[in-house]
Amino acid sequence: MSEVLALEVRNIVKRFPGVLANDHVNFALRKGEVHALLGENGAGKTTLMNIIYGLYHPDEGEIFVNGEKVTIDSPHDAIRLGIGMVHQHFMLVPVFTVAENLILGAEPTKGWTLNLDAAREAVRRLSEQYGLEVDPDEVIEDMPVGVQQRVEILKALYRDAKVLVLDEPTAVLTPQEVEELFVIMRQLTERGVSIIFITHKLKEVMAIADHITVMRRGKVVGTTTPAETNEQGLAAMMVGREVVLQVEKSPAKPKDVVLEVKDLVVEDERHLVAVDGVSFEVREGEILGVAGVQGNGQTELVEAITGLRHIRGGKVLLRGKPTPERNPRYLIEHGMAHIPEDRQKHGLVLSYTIADNLVLCTYYKPPFAHGLQRNQAAIVENAQKLVGQFDVRTPSIFTTAGSLSGGNQQKVIVAREFSRPIKLLVANQPTRGLDVGSIEYIHKRIISMRDQGAAVLLVSAELDEITSLADRIAVMYHGKIVAVVDADKVTRTELGLLMAGSKIAEAAPAV
Amino acid sequence: MTTPASFANWKLFVKRWGWWLAGAVALAVLIGYYYAKSPQITEAVLASTLRQSVPLVLGALCGLLGERAAVINIGIEGQMLLAAFIAFLVNVYTGNLLLGVLAGVAIGALLGLLLAFMSVSLKIDQIIGGTVINILAIGLTGYFYKVGLSAHGKLNPIPLGPLTKIPLIGTVLFNNPPITYASILLVFLVHYVLFYTPWGLRTRAVGEHPRAADTLGINVYLVRYVNVVVGGALAGLAGAYLSLEAVGSFERLMTNGRGFVALAVMIFGKWTPFGAWGAALLFGFASALQTQLQFGGQVQIPHQFIGMLPYLLTIIVLAGFVGKARPPAADGIPYEKEG
Amino acid sequence: MSEQEKRKTTAGGALLRFWQSVSVPLGAVVLALIIGAVIIEVSGASAWDAYASLAKGAFGNAAGWRRTLEKTTPLIFSGLAVAFAFKAGLFNIGAQGQLLFGAITAAWVGFAVHGLPPGIHAAVALTAGAIAGGLYGAIPGALKTYTGAHEVITTIMLNYVAMGFTDYLANGPLKDTSPGNIVARTPNILPSAKLPTWSWLPFGFLLAVAAAAVVWWILQHTTLGFEIRTVGQNPHAARYAGMKVARTVILTMVISALLAGMGGAVETQGVVGRYEPGFNANLGFDGITVALLGKTAPFGVIPAALLLGAMRAGSNVMQFHAHVAQEITDVVQALMLFFVAADVIVRWLLRMKAAEEGEKITLSTGWGSH
Repeated sequence: MSEVLALEVRNIVKRFPGVLANDHVNFALRKGEVHALLGENGAGKTTLMNIIYGLYHPDEGEIFVNGEKVTIDSPHDAIRLGIGMVHQHFMLVPVFTVAENLILGAEPTKGWTLNLDAAREAVRRLSEQYGLEVDPDEVIEDMPVGVQQRVEILKALYRDAKVLVLDEPTAVLTPQEVEELFVIMRQLTERGVSIIFITHKLKEVMAIADHITVMRRGKVVGTTTPAETNEQGLAAMMVGREVVLQVEKSPAKPKDVVLEVKDLVVEDERHLVAVDGVSFEVREGEILGVAGVQGNGQTELVEAITGLRHIRGGKVLLRGKPTPERNPRYLIEHGMAHIPEDRQKHGLVLSYTIADNLVLCTYYKPPFAHGLQRNQAAIVENAQKLVGQFDVRTPSIFTTAGSLSGGNQQKVIVAREFSRPIKLLVANQPTRGLDVGSIEYIHKRIISMRDQGAAVLLVSAELDEITSLADRIAVMYHGKIVAVVDADKVTRTELGLLMAGSKIAEAAPAV
Repeated sequence: MTTPASFANWKLFVKRWGWWLAGAVALAVLIGYYYAKSPQITEAVLASTLRQSVPLVLGALCGLLGERAAVINIGIEGQMLLAAFIAFLVNVYTGNLLLGVLAGVAIGALLGLLLAFMSVSLKIDQIIGGTVINILAIGLTGYFYKVGLSAHGKLNPIPLGPLTKIPLIGTVLFNNPPITYASILLVFLVHYVLFYTPWGLRTRAVGEHPRAADTLGINVYLVRYVNVVVGGALAGLAGAYLSLEAVGSFERLMTNGRGFVALAVMIFGKWTPFGAWGAALLFGFASALQTQLQFGGQVQIPHQFIGMLPYLLTIIVLAGFVGKARPPAADGIPYEKEG
Repeated sequence: MSEQEKRKTTAGGALLRFWQSVSVPLGAVVLALIIGAVIIEVSGASAWDAYASLAKGAFGNAAGWRRTLEKTTPLIFSGLAVAFAFKAGLFNIGAQGQLLFGAITAAWVGFAVHGLPPGIHAAVALTAGAIAGGLYGAIPGALKTYTGAHEVITTIMLNYVAMGFTDYLANGPLKDTSPGNIVARTPNILPSAKLPTWSWLPFGFLLAVAAAAVVWWILQHTTLGFEIRTVGQNPHAARYAGMKVARTVILTMVISALLAGMGGAVETQGVVGRYEPGFNANLGFDGITVALLGKTAPFGVIPAALLLGAMRAGSNVMQFHAHVAQEITDVVQALMLFFVAADVIVRWLLRMKAAEEGEKITLSTGWGSH
């Protein structure tokens, strides 16, 4: 082939303690194409991109830009070579303006002084050129995530990026915003920019990619095009076996109301209203899924219900009784289990042993304590029982939680929460960042909890997770529940519109 | 112009600066009243306010340079103490005041380097790192201190010509020794560097979101090192002020907690140079008042209670104002490069 | 069976673990002593003489032992105070002030309360001192929880306030008014309030060791200790698990300060016999060194305090015989703290790998914010 590739990597190897993150990876990006890099969480996609961007150093392998062999030791090198990256977690300084973020690290100056006028001018010029509209003087933390993403892209373009890496760019967007992003991506490729599009969402890959490279467990499984394959085929390549995309479950048999939320108003850290007058109820034996794009108040809603956050207005009732505010212990003692959104922040004490983590919520009760004194024997016995029962893969119950894989950490939390007699399960993003095996396992457990009569409130930004698990779906947008619909009476398109704040889904009757 | 637009601007101006304006006017009236009543005492108190504020504002600038780059420096006390001692020693053995000051600045910077090494490279908990510096300074000054050494003079006021003739303001502002002038200039300089230069932009980025700065090719470690070392130099200057400008001698533990008070000043000033200056003047005023009360003999309060004033003020300020302003988001967190 | 579990069970494994936990503090002590020796030599004295006379002064005879143990006792208490607060992620630099309150309160109960039988009087004075210290420690705890004011600054400020306040008391309401006294001090405590010393063994030292055992038991074997450690390791998870974080923070500060206050009371009742301002001026900072040198473990605090106590006790003899200023011990102590904090340096010198991840302390979070 005489064609000069925009970017090529050959035989990249990267080892982390205990993991082979990249195992002789080869990857070629043609000029002006969108090349999707598809794989599960932990497949090694982000590692590869961090190598390309100079954040990691490969243990072996070569990188070529425009056909020339290069070494990329730092982001500085990458930027010099025309590689730009939009990270999954935005690399924007929240308290800076758009203009300040744009020029950071490559500042125009007048004498010793920053030339912010030149920066504003650059924002205007670039946003006009690529059709990415932003206000140069707006502060990042006041902007919607979709617009923040544009700033990230502008940042790369300001540095003359010819290769743009987009790491999971759609995770924070509504289906409609995703469409807009795809339009922007097309405009960029028409102007000669080559794009690496990292994702684990099959539909998006089929919609936008010119080529698709699939990774699994650090290895490239193969490269294909949307024309040559379909979603099922891609899924099989990704996971290495045929996957059942649908979870098996029987119809729900809802009974008494367990959780009732009435006109709930909650503020976020910055004292802005994040949950704005939300009401709903969850019954025994059903799963209510809360769908919505990240950052529409779901986190605050869950924290308020689980007693972690101050309530500004309204009520949370558990089996008809108002719950005291900010008192997780009351809720735990009255039958609530909580799988928190951030397992390392809330769910576990990483420096503690598995055994101690398994009694984190019940340490003060018999048999784990007699009065003030803890009962080590009972704690150990409990751990041995639960580790087996919930299939936690660990060398010992005295291993620290921090040294477990994400999937096993989540199983520890599930084991702890499900081992109490529970009436209400609140699960927020229960499978985020997990491998398919763990996802399937946790889904099964949640459904069996429902079948045993628990009320389940499931919050997830993954639409697939919501549609496959939930019996009813509440859609959250800008702090409000815009609709509650029956899961089997609603289409993905309708949900997508609801998630974008549209109320035109009149076809779906509110329940 | 009386267009509605300019009227709206005016309203905005009042809304934004109104309280400050009102406060400034009230303060001016108050000072004018006391000046008319007893000019000497008023002049003495205000001059003393300014001078007492010098080590605090320098210490606060040291603290905020570090924290803007996300390094907490609780070793300011130790940096000041050792710098005061070294500045004094150099002066004793060379007879030169300027050399003494420079030595103080250098030793402050050196301790800054040590703090940066501990907190940026070794990633020791920053509070423990600062404590190491404090204890080290107490130990070294205690060990090498010898009774009976005396400094060769001290830094004297430099009257700024005809400006000194202005009533009240002239004596208070334009008849000061060099480090006092320098501290005022440094407030403006640090403000300029922090908010109007590329270095300042990078410093703030490193303090708020170091990974973002890193991905743009900014050397996070270097930015932190430089800020902490420069901050150390300022703390060193504060130390030199204490031994060579304020007292003209060295005493054991002569910093008396000023390094810690400076941190409260920094927080009260919302991590900005001008805010810190205002807060430092407030603390300076409390100290000046304390001196006045102690030696004026008008009030019958045990001197121990008057002596507690600055410390109690620090606690009150901290309790009342922490959380009112946001510290840099990454403050106190060591940066781990990936990979 | 995993490597880790093997190490937990076999005798050789226990020895290995013991070595791993003492090697860094030992290395830090040796390095600090070497650098201290260099400083002594540079300033024109003999390091060998200095260290030898220091050791002789501290352990050479029964009087030396007694002095050492007397100096060690308050160091154990302040070290325990700091170590205990560390476990909840709190940095109590205020042991100094809490100790002063404990000392003067014990003195007051000791001289002003009459008619109690000997043992009881001593116990009452001790308890009063401990409570006074504990209450003083509640202030920074409450300030931290309710206003977010970081305890590092508030405890230091409260040290200065305590110095002023106790100085006022010793000069005013509680002053020794016996004829001829012009200095600030309280009257002597009654014999019934005194803590005994048997030959070279002060009773206070035994109390300190007992306190270490109690602290160990609380931290390792009680639900309160579990709560304290959880709050220190991950306050978010603690809240999630239904623990009362605010209450735990205040309670931890109170217990920590209680230990410091008890240290002050023991000093008054066992050594000084009354309250005099200005004794043991640096105990707050010393407590930090002791706690870190003892790896914040209650039983680690005892040898660490003994080391520092011996340095304090022997430094007089050293100054007299080797003509080295006593303050060299402060320098050496600061170096010990540096090396034990900068454990990577010691590990590198000992060619040791980093310790397996365990409970680490983070103090710098929550600085200046809620």
